[in-house]
Amino acid sequence: MTGSERTRRQCGYELFPHGADVGVRGFGPDRATAFAEAARALTAVVTDPDRVEPREPVAIHCEAEDDEMLLIDWLDAVIYYMATLGMVFGRYEVEIRDHRLEATAWGEPVDPERHQPAVEPKAATLTELAVRHEPDGRWIAQCVVDV
Amino acid sequence: MDPRRFERVDETTWRYGPEGAMRVPAVIYATEPLLREMDEKVLEQLRNVATLPGIVEAAFAMPDAHWGYGFPIGGVAAFDPERGGVVSAGGVGFDISCGVRTHLTGLREADIAAVRERLADELFRTVPAGLGRRGRIRLDDRAMDAMLAGGAAWAVAEGYGEDADLERIEERGRTAGADPDAVSRRARERQREEMGTLGSGNHYLEVQVVDRVEDEATARAFGLRPGEVVVTIHCGSRGLGHQIGTDYLREMARAAERHGIRLPDRELACAPVRSEVGRRYLGAMRAGINCALANRQIVAHLARTVFARFFPGIRLPLLFDVSHNTCKEEVHATAEGPRRLFVHRKGATRAFPPEHPDIPEPLRPWGQPVLIGGSMGTGSWVLAGARADGTRAFASAVHGAGRAISRHRALRTFRGEQVVRALAERGILVRSVSLRGVAEEAPAAYKDVDAVVEAAHRAGLARKVAHLRPLIVIKG
Repeated sequence: MTGSERTRRQCGYELFPHGADVGVRGFGPDRATAFAEAARALTAVVTDPDRVEPREPVAIHCEAEDDEMLLIDWLDAVIYYMATLGMVFGRYEVEIRDHRLEATAWGEPVDPERHQPAVEPKAATLTELAVRHEPDGRWIAQCVVDV
Repeated sequence: MDPRRFERVDETTWRYGPEGAMRVPAVIYATEPLLREMDEKVLEQLRNVATLPGIVEAAFAMPDAHWGYGFPIGGVAAFDPERGGVVSAGGVGFDISCGVRTHLTGLREADIAAVRERLADELFRTVPAGLGRRGRIRLDDRAMDAMLAGGAAWAVAEGYGEDADLERIEERGRTAGADPDAVSRRARERQREEMGTLGSGNHYLEVQVVDRVEDEATARAFGLRPGEVVVTIHCGSRGLGHQIGTDYLREMARAAERHGIRLPDRELACAPVRSEVGRRYLGAMRAGINCALANRQIVAHLARTVFARFFPGIRLPLLFDVSHNTCKEEVHATAEGPRRLFVHRKGATRAFPPEHPDIPEPLRPWGQPVLIGGSMGTGSWVLAGARADGTRAFASAVHGAGRAISRHRALRTFRGEQVVRALAERGILVRSVSLRGVAEEAPAAYKDVDAVVEAAHRAGLARKVAHLRPLIVIKG
């Protein structure tokens, strides 16, 4: 399923421009889906998430004082595992209770030929940071990523 | 930005405020066209920086300034610890001590013409670039501590380069006051396999030719002769620096409130220099600087091994190594006499004027070399710290061209194959793991570096010495 098809189904991701860097935005019917889609957007900064084979699972836990800092911690955790395991992830399963997040990221080792990795994310930033419930019922989770 | 919002102090100096909670004015150095093109956010961010405790003189922006994280990129701000001055993780940025270094080869462009393709291939094979390419050096905990404390001096002692290199690196290759214990486990893990790697994005290794000299005497003193080839490396502190930025941005966002600092923007996360977290960040950030210096030293060593295969006995002496994301403790003349300040340069380069005691002796009469990276098509510049007729912005200058369009738009506008072909037609060989990466870094995605350098020259921030044209580009 492409990003635009998912949009029509009320869940999906997009990248938005920011100066030298790039913004990631996920949306969905609930907070956890919006977080999972924001992480797919993070993958899309590097490569097409649909080109990633979800072969190996990586468990990720985070906890923060509010939704927004939880999004930062979540995306920073994904960046950390991408960097230290040399992997890219195509699929994310996320559960959130209060401000505790339990997730599994599915992916595979980076294959430069096949993934054509563009740019390496350095960190999630507090710029354009928002986690909100829209009047149309959708949740949006977004921030700018330093690349 | 509308120039009418500013008081025009001279041709290239634009002052705003102070007003409201600003403790000092905001000052932008730029030509009028560059100021008009500049993002509104630059002024908003400067106004915010100007509210921070202990700020001295002004919140400054360079001609290449653009919207950053809390601080503008191309921003300079100095704080006095005696007056509650702060240190800010956002004011340094995530890529701590990202910087540029240039080595001289003594070769003529014609000397490498016959081996150009093979030289490009070998450099690309030997210098790990791009996501997923690991370094060949693995550091255990003890070696990591030694590297974080020792910087490029550690790298030279390990056999990567020569002692003479250290003379040509800021702080002689090793920043004092680094505290490896203040660097988190995660930051260390991110660095374990990344020593001696270029990274991705706008980082590169280029073989360049000196194609224009603007200041003959200084160029001669720097060893830059028209038609000769140099090697320039642009990279930073890799995963370790990124993680230090991440760790402390978060911690400082909380600490600011505890220290009674009202942040107009959470990204300005800071803490008093004289606080526990401030001291710990300084220790970690300096370890990050040392990591960047060691990393560039190793990348340079790898480039040397490749050149030695083609040109036996070649040395590649270092012209200079400068960083452009730092906070450094420096003594500056102020209206109230010399003061010890913590100078943040986010996307800005230190540019000491001639005769400054911290410039290596052979270069001292000419000013500190300032190395400016452009896009892979337009070339780069060597500048020198300006004449000492009153240094500006605490002796700082521009760091690069800055993007004209976002990565996002570049990707929709350019195709990697076309960019590579168009550059090849102009005699520039590109080697990269990723054609998508090349499209995002297309020359037309960047602002005109010449305009930025011209503005820095006219503003007296630094003076033009020589222009460098790329011959080979290695990108992540």
